[in-house]
Amino acid sequence: MSAGGSPTAGERASAEGRVVGAPLVALGHLDTLWFQVTGTICNLRCTHCFISCAPDNHSFEFLSLAEVLGWLDRSRAMSVKEYYFTGGEPFMHADLPEMLEATLALGPASVLTNGTLLPERTIESIARSARRSTYSLEIRVSIDGPSAETNDPIRGEGTFERALDGVRRLVEHGLLPIVTATQVWDPADDEPVRQDFVAQLRAIGYRHPRLKILPSLRIGREAVRARGYGEGERVTAEMLEGYDERHLLCSSSRVVTNRGVYACPILLETPTARLGADLDSAMRPVRLDRSACHTCWLHGAICSNYGGIGRDVT
Amino acid sequence: MFGGVYSNHIALRAAIEDARSRGAQGLYCLGDLGAFGPYPNRVFPILIDAGVEVVRGNYDDSISRGLEDCQCGYTDPRDNHFARLSYQYTYRETAPEWRRWMGGLPASIRFEARGTRVLMCHGSPREINEFLWESTCSTQFLAHLLAEHAADLVFVTHTGIHWQRALPDGGLFVNVGVLGRPANDGRTDVWYALIDLASGQPPRVEFIPLPYDHHGLAREMRAEGLPEEFVETILTGWWTTCLEVLPAKERARGRF
Repeated sequence: MSAGGSPTAGERASAEGRVVGAPLVALGHLDTLWFQVTGTICNLRCTHCFISCAPDNHSFEFLSLAEVLGWLDRSRAMSVKEYYFTGGEPFMHADLPEMLEATLALGPASVLTNGTLLPERTIESIARSARRSTYSLEIRVSIDGPSAETNDPIRGEGTFERALDGVRRLVEHGLLPIVTATQVWDPADDEPVRQDFVAQLRAIGYRHPRLKILPSLRIGREAVRARGYGEGERVTAEMLEGYDERHLLCSSSRVVTNRGVYACPILLETPTARLGADLDSAMRPVRLDRSACHTCWLHGAICSNYGGIGRDVT
Repeated sequence: MFGGVYSNHIALRAAIEDARSRGAQGLYCLGDLGAFGPYPNRVFPILIDAGVEVVRGNYDDSISRGLEDCQCGYTDPRDNHFARLSYQYTYRETAPEWRRWMGGLPASIRFEARGTRVLMCHGSPREINEFLWESTCSTQFLAHLLAEHAADLVFVTHTGIHWQRALPDGGLFVNVGVLGRPANDGRTDVWYALIDLASGQPPRVEFIPLPYDHHGLAREMRAEGLPEEFVETILTGWWTTCLEVLPAKERARGRF
């Protein structure tokens, strides 16, 4: 609060996680198209979810198979390189295997999942699609720590075992899931946590596990669980000077939701992040006016398969 | 067309001889002259004496500018650990005259032959260290790259694994692989690409497996104290390091 008693515009904006006078980032080329296929609907209710997904969160709804096929068709003219599927929980969508089959005819597909809804026939179907395609199918399974003690308080009771079982069965079908863990532990413990994780995954038959550690995004329920962003944690125009903007997801990606096309998968609760109803209108620059942009700036595009902790981008 | 040499001066000599024996008229190397292998200074006289035209790779760029790392673009700490070891050795051992020479290399090479516009780069036409894997590049994206960069035939290296894709409008995209280490295929051979632009359209690109004295290279690597993990790759044909960057399909074909 300022000395006068009422909050300044900057302080109000800061409290909302919004940044005043934020810089713009242009889209170079639409390398990556994301589909939020199940909206904000998820079978879990993780305490760190940055868009607060849950079984009853209908802020964003499902995309239909017909809608996704339509977007895929339109994406060809935009020369999209690769496709990502997220939610909520993508495997809640009965048509996800068919969406992936259609996508893999055009380019690589990645799915961000909690790994708890993977019946045998679904894995068989997607593994078959993957085998027959030239392109990679990447399954990213979120598990927040190498034990139920670390993971379950965040993701829910029993989720560690279920997700680990999901990983085991994906591996049995010849897929090589990328296990992604949000850094919910003390960063000083990174190495022992990593080693413990690798041991757990080897124990279920994943001999050469692919593991990615991600920083947390301090919005949504995570801001309550841990903390929100501080006053200084925002991206200014000065911070973009001499910085390779290709590290920022919005320089090369857009997200299709049932409510239109958005700048990135994180900023969905932001009215200004909705860029338009179609891909053409969504090609315009994005204003980095949310504090969460700071995490992307610091670590690089963590949502993509290539970013994460351990990458030096600044 | 040779990809990254990674100080494998033994394979480089063998590749030049092999290419000439097959009637190659022009010899090109797409960059990354150092890394991974022993005695980095040995590569340069071989390239110059044979008249190989060289494109600057991220490694060459880093070493010539005295940067702290190779700019390979790895994001996993395990990849970066080995990349750092290799870079520190290579940087220490590379003579100043060769660092200066690398600084003068072009970022790309273009020519036109029989109406075919050829473009050679290191990683991709748009970024020196972009990885373009067979399994992560849609055909529409490759066609876009060629159109954006006004080329009918594009050659890159950087990933370490060779592949090619014919494009719907007649263009061709080729990753020539590398001479520096095997292609993660269980063979001790390394690979290069032979291009025939003379026999009409479309141009033909053949990938050539190249046997060379890999035991000799392994001995030199051990003598220089390079990591045993690197030597294992040379002796078995399987990548043991810098493989967290591999996409699912390429990773599944390897042993680790």
